[in-house]
Amino acid sequence: MFDITAPAPPLWSNGPSPGAFYNFPSLQSAPSDFVTHSQAPVTTATSIVAVAYNNGVIIAGDLLGSYGSLARYRNCPRILKVNDNIILGAGGDYGDFQYIKDFVQEKIVSEECLDDGVKLKPKSLYCWLTRIMYQRRSKFDPFWNNLVVGGIQDGNVFLGTVDKLGTAYTDKIICTGYGAHIATPMLRDALDRNPNPSQAEARRLVEKSMEVLFYRDARSYSKYLIGVIDKDEGIKIEGPVEVPTNWEIANFK
Amino acid sequence: MSSIGTGYDLSASQFSPDGRVFQVEYAMKAVENSGTVIGLKGTDGIVLAAEKLILSKLHETGTNKRIFNIDKHIGMAFSGLIADARQIVEIARKEASNYRLQYGVNIPLKYLNDRVSMYMHAYTLYSAVRPYGCSVILASYEENEPVMYLIDPSGVSYGYHGCATGKAKQSAKTEIEKLKLGNLSCKELVKEAAKIIYLVHDELKDKNFELELSWVCKESNGYHVKVPDSVFAEAEKAAKQAMEADSESDTDDM
Repeated sequence: MFDITAPAPPLWSNGPSPGAFYNFPSLQSAPSDFVTHSQAPVTTATSIVAVAYNNGVIIAGDLLGSYGSLARYRNCPRILKVNDNIILGAGGDYGDFQYIKDFVQEKIVSEECLDDGVKLKPKSLYCWLTRIMYQRRSKFDPFWNNLVVGGIQDGNVFLGTVDKLGTAYTDKIICTGYGAHIATPMLRDALDRNPNPSQAEARRLVEKSMEVLFYRDARSYSKYLIGVIDKDEGIKIEGPVEVPTNWEIANFK
Repeated sequence: MSSIGTGYDLSASQFSPDGRVFQVEYAMKAVENSGTVIGLKGTDGIVLAAEKLILSKLHETGTNKRIFNIDKHIGMAFSGLIADARQIVEIARKEASNYRLQYGVNIPLKYLNDRVSMYMHAYTLYSAVRPYGCSVILASYEENEPVMYLIDPSGVSYGYHGCATGKAKQSAKTEIEKLKLGNLSCKELVKEAAKIIYLVHDELKDKNFELELSWVCKESNGYHVKVPDSVFAEAEKAAKQAMEADSESDTDDM
């Protein structure tokens, strides 16, 4: 008959301990062994400098692709004309930027196919990119970039940025990467003294920033592209522009 | 029930004893009920023209287009069922986009034609689906070379110098054969295309129609676009004048 005094059989055996995953005997690796290459950048580009002026936006970025501290590639353009009202700049992982570039351009093509006269506007692209960056960081697989969107929307100048965490803001001056530390204070100071610069003045500010950044940023390069989007003149991307260097000011020679 | 199919026309996956697939033939009938569409290859590009029949006066002008962009450099015109054609347009756009993401260059029309025609052909093989009720003309201008294909509901496709499909394809083809396609530029072909569409339009059966004209040529920088308004107006005017001259000479004959 049933023996009340015998010890009860175990409720749970040969299974995982509470809260743990079951390890199948034939499985070689535990589920925590996933390779996560995407959580660090590989070939990187440095700062983007952008200034909104009374009639448009100027945006500049150098041509260097760094492999860690190695100046690996010297022709990596990262200022992009998206359509007639948007210009896009990017720093960070160059491969991620190229991928973003591909699908942004594909979006433009599919939009042109509709042929309804509606064009992507800078705020829309900016918002869309914030969603993409935020979604990727929420998957723990971020696009390792700082993106800067400049453009003209309904007669107004637009300048905004989004980083790899999906943090986004708009401002009259935007510098990413090392430029955020070195160029932003300079540009803020200049804009405090002259809140509504002309195109020529804004361009001088950007050029000066690129020069200082070349001196100070060890991951920068003397050749850069400069993109201008203007209400009247449209978009043009110029370059490579060379930083005028003067090594006479160096302390140790 | 009528005896035309005698039971062999219920499925696209079954031959009739004399070797026909009736479902595909019925799909071609659907194409023949729709407005005429033509494509003309000139020295410097391709012109597409469509006769869009207006079934109701309540429709807005410029809706239900018959000519689509597939990619920047590729255009597609169709005749047949619009809903079927739009699905073809969609998969063609996807193929073009996919190709560029994979290979970094625009899809050559030869390849797009292969993919789209195989897709349409697949719909003639199974009993669970029906063939597409539309014929499409694919046109592009790549490396200074105009290319054009026409795909039938059966999935068969050929390259053409000039092609026509839809209601009046026979008379349109006759008109196209009169042209010296090898010598004409797109600017001239736009007028010819408009004339042909006006000429083959059957005023007794279908009252209203809208003319659609697009081109992909040197003039448009290799992009497929609607012809500019000024060119369109000129071509339509020329077509209408030709029709008037034609009807006058007809009355003279009597």
